Amino acid sequence: MSKQPINMNEELRMFDKPENVKRLLRIFYACVVVSLAIDIFYHKHGIFTWESFFGFYSAYGFVACVILVIVAKYILRPLVMRKEDYYND
Amino acid sequence: MINALPPATILILGGLLVPLFKGRTRQALLLLLPVISFINLLQLAHGSYWIYPFLSDQIILARVDKLSLIFGYIFHLVAFLSALYALHVDDAVQNVAGTVYAGAAIGAIFAGDMFTLFVFWEMLTISATFLILARRTERALGAGFRYFMVHVAGGLCLLAGIIMHVSQTGSAAFDLIGLGTTASWFIFVGIGVNCAWPFLHPWLTDAYPEATITGTIFLSAFTTKTAIYALARAFPGTEELIFIGGAMAAFPIFYAVIENDLRRVLAYSLINQVGFMVVGIGIGTALSINGAVAHAFNDLLFKGLLFMTMGAVMYRTGKINATDLGGLYKSMPWTCGFCIVGAASISAFPLFSGFVSKSMVMEAAAHGDMRWLWFILLFASAGVFHHAGIKIPFFAFYSHDSGIRCKEAPKHMLLAMGISAVLCILIGCFPQYLYSMLPYATDYQPYSISHVLAQSQLLIFSALAFTLLLLAGIYPAEIRSVNVDADWIYRKGGRQIYRFCRWAFDGINEWANHIFARQLPQLLAHFFEEPGGNLQRYGYRLWVESSGVANNHEKVDQDIDRRSRSATYPVGVSVLLAVVILALVSTFLYLR
Repeated sequence: MSKQPINMNEELRMFDKPENVKRLLRIFYACVVVSLAIDIFYHKHGIFTWESFFGFYSAYGFVACVILVIVAKYILRPLVMRKEDYYND
Repeated sequence: MINALPPATILILGGLLVPLFKGRTRQALLLLLPVISFINLLQLAHGSYWIYPFLSDQIILARVDKLSLIFGYIFHLVAFLSALYALHVDDAVQNVAGTVYAGAAIGAIFAGDMFTLFVFWEMLTISATFLILARRTERALGAGFRYFMVHVAGGLCLLAGIIMHVSQTGSAAFDLIGLGTTASWFIFVGIGVNCAWPFLHPWLTDAYPEATITGTIFLSAFTTKTAIYALARAFPGTEELIFIGGAMAAFPIFYAVIENDLRRVLAYSLINQVGFMVVGIGIGTALSINGAVAHAFNDLLFKGLLFMTMGAVMYRTGKINATDLGGLYKSMPWTCGFCIVGAASISAFPLFSGFVSKSMVMEAAAHGDMRWLWFILLFASAGVFHHAGIKIPFFAFYSHDSGIRCKEAPKHMLLAMGISAVLCILIGCFPQYLYSMLPYATDYQPYSISHVLAQSQLLIFSALAFTLLLLAGIYPAEIRSVNVDADWIYRKGGRQIYRFCRWAFDGINEWANHIFARQLPQLLAHFFEEPGGNLQRYGYRLWVESSGVANNHEKVDQDIDRRSRSATYPVGVSVLLAVVILALVSTFLYLR
């Protein structure tokens, strides 16, 4: 609708600058390490025994998402992806 | 009690009056109707009202208890927010359809008997179809038609079940049914169509992204949640629902990862969230039913919010595919912020609304020692963060800069999104108000250190996976495409059936035409050109073939031909034939 040509003199915004993206990523990685480190000092209580294992939730979250993406990309997509006009032939 | 009206009346009748007004008056009316209807609802104490005799039984227009009330409250709230979001829409079709649709959902929630339920159920289908058709594109027309056909089929299934159930039990009361009889299965599946169960679901992912920008906000709220209410009322503790819900929570996230249309991504994540509710109802404990209802309450807000933000993006840019968007945080910072709140809520971050309800279902599954289910739900929790929590905001507002520079969303849209966002945070921070409205009394505490820590670790490491996969270039690039789903069965399969019928029946038709319309008349015409001669000729040939005597039959043929043409036969033969015929006739007469 209101697509305008990019103004080259436009002020660069936060995430246009690579150093800001890097800074954000560094903060994020710090959070990752801290959240895992807490597991060493605090013993979680859960209903299942494995819930209190060190890094169980971290590992499960990471592995689940990797599997999700791999399966979606390499198994589901080749099976179900069709051209945009597939249904209007 | 004396002054109140049946709960659905104000929205439905008021909605039908909307076209009589124009401009600001109409806008005011659209906003006021949910408010007046809500005040009307507050007049009702627990109990059953407006009971009329019907056939051998009775219809009950309002059954007010904790279960119907909490759905009634949230439906009114969402009807108001949707009306506010859609305030700029000056299209009588959408104005009427949206209001009536909300009214029909409220009518179904408060229906005390199955006939009333069915009437409002069908009203939902009809009004929803108009919200899709109102987009007025060819794709919307197709999607609306398919939506209508699927829901009419589901509605008929429900009606068949209701009729069987009433004739067997003699009662039309809409209460606990439970699976067992054939009738209950029909009702179960009829509700399942609206609930978007696996293989019955593609109407949702097909139609919602094709509806109008504001229509989708209404649609995402009412149909599936009405079905959740009906399941909670009639089938709590039905084990089948655990399997169905588990499948619903898991399979759509794979589709959502590879889908390009961001509203369709949200449609898949809607099924995923409804899966958690279905599981909760299936487990059937007080905690799990509470969890299902609380999650429906929260989902109405955060899923509505996410659809609103994507609608605002679509309204301003005219685009909704991830491949066309990106970098919009500069142009639409408020919308971006609200989207992140919705994303955090659906992902169940601590202090956001999803956290306080999804965990109830998870914990109920753990208490029931349903291990595989618990692992699937945990997988779905991580997955939903991945596709709805990160993908939606990232591809719309960050990612690569698409070069689009547009205005921020209109004020009324921002207001609707803002109220939803604030409510998502308030419920997340102060869940006790939500808990006090739930059907069963509860002292559930979502905020234990273990739980907060566990959920945070799950989400942070899901985000880590996303980040690393994206940086490594493994994350699937968005591609303009169509992903085939179960609707292939009737979209392509339907055509295959049509093709097969055309081949089979047209073949039979062609063959019959050839034989009966062309060859047979030709043969008969040829024969009747010279019936006498032909009879003799073929009779003679038959005699020659069977007896084996064949002396100069060419001459005989020529004789027959000549006699037949000139119609001259030797007298002897004629007399012989006459005598034979007379003999036959007299024998016949004599025997008679």
